Amino acid sequence: MNGTPGRAGTQEEPVKLEGFGERDLYQRREKIFTRYVGGFFQRLRFFTGWPLLAGYFLLPWLQWDGRQAVLFDLPTRQFQILGLTFWPQDLWLLGWMLIIAAFALFTFTTLVGRIWCGYTCPQTVWTAIFMWVEQVTEGERHQRIRLDNAPWNWEKIRKRTLKHGMWLGWAFLTGLTFVGYFTPIRDLAWGYLTLDFGLIGTWAALWTLFFTCATYINAGWMREQVCIYMCPYARFQSAMFDKDTLIVSYDAARGEPRGARKRGTDPQGLGDCIDCQLCVQVCPTGIDIRDGLQYQCIGCAHCVDACNQVMDKMGYEPRLIRYTTEHELSGGKTHWLRPRSVGYATALIAMMAAFSWAIVTRVPFEVDVLRERGQLYQALPDGGIGNQYRLRVLNKSQLPTTLALEVRSVLPLSVSAQSSIALAPAELLDLPLTLSVPADALTSPNVAVEIVLCEPSSGRCDTETTRFLGPAS
Amino acid sequence: MSSAWSWFVIIGTVLSLVGTLAFLLANRSTSGEETTGHVHDGIQEYDNPLPLWWVGMFIVTILFAGGYLIYFPGLGNFQGLGDWSSAGQVAREQQAHDSRFAPLYQKLAQLDEAGLHADRQAQQVGRRLFINNCSTCHGVTGQGAFGFPNLTDDEWIWGEGFDKVKSAVTNGRQAAMPPWGAALGEEGVEDVTQHVLQLAGKSHDAEAAQRGAGKFAMFCVACHGPEGHGNPILGSPNLTNDIWLYGGTADQIAFTLRHGRNGNMPAFDGVLDPEQIHILSGYVTSLSVRN
Repeated sequence: MNGTPGRAGTQEEPVKLEGFGERDLYQRREKIFTRYVGGFFQRLRFFTGWPLLAGYFLLPWLQWDGRQAVLFDLPTRQFQILGLTFWPQDLWLLGWMLIIAAFALFTFTTLVGRIWCGYTCPQTVWTAIFMWVEQVTEGERHQRIRLDNAPWNWEKIRKRTLKHGMWLGWAFLTGLTFVGYFTPIRDLAWGYLTLDFGLIGTWAALWTLFFTCATYINAGWMREQVCIYMCPYARFQSAMFDKDTLIVSYDAARGEPRGARKRGTDPQGLGDCIDCQLCVQVCPTGIDIRDGLQYQCIGCAHCVDACNQVMDKMGYEPRLIRYTTEHELSGGKTHWLRPRSVGYATALIAMMAAFSWAIVTRVPFEVDVLRERGQLYQALPDGGIGNQYRLRVLNKSQLPTTLALEVRSVLPLSVSAQSSIALAPAELLDLPLTLSVPADALTSPNVAVEIVLCEPSSGRCDTETTRFLGPAS
Repeated sequence: MSSAWSWFVIIGTVLSLVGTLAFLLANRSTSGEETTGHVHDGIQEYDNPLPLWWVGMFIVTILFAGGYLIYFPGLGNFQGLGDWSSAGQVAREQQAHDSRFAPLYQKLAQLDEAGLHADRQAQQVGRRLFINNCSTCHGVTGQGAFGFPNLTDDEWIWGEGFDKVKSAVTNGRQAAMPPWGAALGEEGVEDVTQHVLQLAGKSHDAEAAQRGAGKFAMFCVACHGPEGHGNPILGSPNLTNDIWLYGGTADQIAFTLRHGRNGNMPAFDGVLDPEQIHILSGYVTSLSVRN
């Protein structure tokens, strides 16, 4: 990827003002008025975007055993996901999940370029929705440019109010749903419906406001600025590109020299590009794809659809701008299997397998054994040696459970606690435990002890090792 | 902070803020050059324009810093208009915590001893209180340690029962076994030790114990009683049941006689609320009932 530095929206070199030798280092955003375009890839975007969008909006409404199926309950530090409850102790699973996400990004970027950016990234999807709103309220591209340049009058006020109202409405639904992942969404939505701020709660209201504003600003005003200046993925994805990565590219060999002409006339030595500028007008980041691969290109294929329609009208072959690779453009072949793509895919599959295994075999309870701090051991009145421990037993599930306590050791230990431990849902139980042994049975001053908690109903166990200490003589 | 240092901090902070803003505004434009002039391994760096909204965010952060320094303490000794302090925040959070748990404590404090023993929640709250406040000396299981009484047996040096335990937690206990080494002499210590062993029914030198009986009647009976049964009012332990706070070997008993012992149970009045002490006492008495 040739990271040509340049301005958002225009691809020319930084402007030098003649005679002055001064140029502005703080740059106003150039407004981009995108032209609507249909076509194969836009339909593809529609069918990938909507399921994701529906998933985002509907998931928090799903119920599971009478609870919200997906709820990230931060105050109690419990993540409820489809009947499983994740505790801070399970944070490593989140780490694995992020690693999986990273490898998925690497794999797909290496193979098919910035498909995440172009099709599934929320910034792209929400921007597309906001652009559609713009289209509905203000009309086509030329109408929007005219409206933008027009002086303020009633019509402009009406159209702009409608647009921003719809943007804010959609942004509010987005914010409400987002907060609904962290606090029960039914109460939240009912609270907003009835304007019952006691039911909503101060923090939930503030966060709804925050995410509403963030959505409104990002998808309404910032748009491509997010991709170009703010997004780290956009920058480091270029490190995963090679000459076999799928990119949106203009076939310069076929298109140049570009030039306008009438339909059906002889091109008179011109290439297939009729220089109609449609590919520039439809681009959501405002670049000209004919300048080559640029870091601003999010791979959304608007220009592919636009150009294909023009080629069709002109009676030329389609795919002047197309998904291709650098190898293919220079007359070679694309290699799908290459060390980089295979390596990433292998790592991805391995991580996913390990993650699934960890989830399936996850033990829904946990025991921590803490040795008593005050003393190493205790000489008991009956002549035995005692060690004191604290068991912290956590039931991670939302169901009551009964665990069997077992102490394994080479020593004939007597156990003070009862062998059956009943736990309420999500209960953390502090259980003092004394292990004792007759002094003459103690073979070594330091003996390994295994504390095993098993759930007879599921057969799952959690084992902790600790030590039994005695006098050194 | 002395006022000189205070002014140093104030001037330094304000100057950096103003300086940052001036630097930002002074760099609006550049003369002609497209690159910054930096070259790293032959790679040149473009001097690309910064988006204006980004500049706006810089300015917002500088304004925020100004507001922050006015509201919160940050400028030298200036306390800020918001009257905020970390101690005040801790106090507020403690108050919030207390008012959150007060109803629970009040509810559980209504229970009597039997109720506290039977109530699962009272047991759990009591156990947490015990582990946080008592386990340092008495151990997490309440079985005590050398010098710290076992709370799970039936031996109560200061008297048995819920009210006695509650009083011990509230007001603390101060036990004093005076040193008798000088008064008894070395031989006397040996003899009394053998007598004490006899009282406890442990193996002893009968002759020495006989000699020690007279000294015991002279020095020890005031607190431990003629038969060595102790006195809960004074906190003097029963010597006949082979339960030893400071060890029951001849050496340990002789040491106790010679140098004395000072047991100290601190008072928790003021550390814990009366409701908490009530719940905690219930947990403590439940320990010996269970055994």
